[in-house]
Amino acid sequence: MTAFVLSDSRAMLGRNLRRMRHAPGLFVITMTMPVTMLLFFGYVFGSAMVVADGGYRAYLVPGLLVATAVNGVMTAMLASAQDCQRGVMDRFRTLPMSRFAIPAGQTASDVLLAALGLVPLVLCGLAVGWRIEGGPAGAAGAFALLLLFRLATAWTGHYIGLLVGTEEAAGQLGAATFMLPLLSNAYVPTDGMPGWLRTVAEWNPISAVVTACRDLFGNGGPAADVSWPVAHPVLASVGWCVLLLAVFVPLTVRRYGRDSA
Amino acid sequence: MSTRCVASIWPCRRARCAACSGRTAREKSPSAGRLLTTLLTPDAGSARVAGHDVVRAPGEVRRAIGVTGQATSVDTDLTGRENLRLFARLHRLRGDTAHARAEVLLDRFGLGAAADRPARTYSGGMRRRLDLAASLLTRPRVLFLDEPTTGLDPASRNAIWEVVRELTLSGTTVLLTTQYLEEADQLADDVALIDQGRVTVRGTPDALKAEIGSYAEVVVAEEAALPGAAVVLDRLTGNRPALDAGRRTAGAATTDASLTLPRLVRELDAAGVPIVDAALRRPTLDEVFLRLTAPADATTGTDTDTDTEGIAA
Repeated sequence: MTAFVLSDSRAMLGRNLRRMRHAPGLFVITMTMPVTMLLFFGYVFGSAMVVADGGYRAYLVPGLLVATAVNGVMTAMLASAQDCQRGVMDRFRTLPMSRFAIPAGQTASDVLLAALGLVPLVLCGLAVGWRIEGGPAGAAGAFALLLLFRLATAWTGHYIGLLVGTEEAAGQLGAATFMLPLLSNAYVPTDGMPGWLRTVAEWNPISAVVTACRDLFGNGGPAADVSWPVAHPVLASVGWCVLLLAVFVPLTVRRYGRDSA
Repeated sequence: MSTRCVASIWPCRRARCAACSGRTAREKSPSAGRLLTTLLTPDAGSARVAGHDVVRAPGEVRRAIGVTGQATSVDTDLTGRENLRLFARLHRLRGDTAHARAEVLLDRFGLGAAADRPARTYSGGMRRRLDLAASLLTRPRVLFLDEPTTGLDPASRNAIWEVVRELTLSGTTVLLTTQYLEEADQLADDVALIDQGRVTVRGTPDALKAEIGSYAEVVVAEEAALPGAAVVLDRLTGNRPALDAGRRTAGAATTDASLTLPRLVRELDAAGVPIVDAALRRPTLDEVFLRLTAPADATTGTDTDTDTEGIAA
């Protein structure tokens, strides 16, 4: 079983790498978008932004790393909706493999590509003044957390893609996922938000993951007087990831067993 | 989605080609195919494919089948070769075997020259061939073909037909769904016509044609001679002939095996009907279908295929 998941994942990774070669547009966007946003947010908004120690660009980098992981929702959703629409999904579903293998392969390959996608953002972040100050163990923990979160968002997106079934619908929903990090502490601190909004933003899983990353990278711990998930960021982040996976893995596998036509 | 279930599916012998076809069967008969290929789980009842129960042993069924759906189900962003290699890998063929099998199929389906182009640049016929090739990677015991030639040019259609004939000769059972009864006639040993979710007619193409008999048709020299021709046809066939004044044609179906073409001509001649053409031809499956599924008081006009619509499974 594990061997099959590994070999299916490798086959799906190969598929995604080859697709990228034939249609490099999405890959280029995936790689350059976070960097563009870093420069854009960092220098345009950053010029008017006053945050605690390290400056806004150092504050922004962990937020953007997490926002990039949230893109797993959109990427996986588009991919699975496209496969549904083009009938490839039906072929997958008639293959003699477990219903778990295809989404597992697809999401695993998404995580591997996402790991690659972190590189330009990290390099660019270092160039604009962000520093890893938490030591190698903390940094490794932060990257591991980013990839775990990416895995959770990819499964979430994969399921939604199966549900909506068409590229158009997935594209529109995908644009909406861009809003999710805006409702968190990824780009701005939550302390200035109105009370109710602040609560929503702090209970947004993204906030916990961002705070955990800032903490693990040594960019500053959680502020005082915050909601529980942000006050216990690492524990809450892992909890959110486990929760998302516990919900969306079984839902996806079940959805595979059902006819979508 | 609630789906009206297919009420009956018939047993099908190994290494044969069975076809099903139907009228306005959109939400009924496709379910049969989706059910048999384990894409759909039936609410009740059971079905066996290659000896395996689709509900209890879907894995076994999937190992035994190949499926080519109506929509092309390959990854159009990959090349033909990459598609076949991917699906071979996912079929658990090992690296070398997967590659070798892909080459064999590319060659056999005439896709060798286009093997390294993305499938989105392929013509409709090429895509359909690639799709079919992807279904044959593991030499399935049962192949499901859903409208394999819809929208294809004649050359691509013939290429697909050729492959289906070879497959049945080499021991694969093919379940063909088609809206073209000519296709069923060409390929199938066993044809089922599905109407309202039930198999209404079933048999070999020859048996089905024999059931409604032959069709006698004469063309007369002038329109005024049509009534005379009708009288003769009526007497010989026992059926009221359909008349087409524009084409100066009269025709009627007959199940009388003793009616021969010479006799038809002699009788018309004896009655003084100036005929310029006469034929006693076996019906097409289209005519069989229309006749056997039409409501009792429906169309008595010329048999055409204009309202043969939809399909089955």
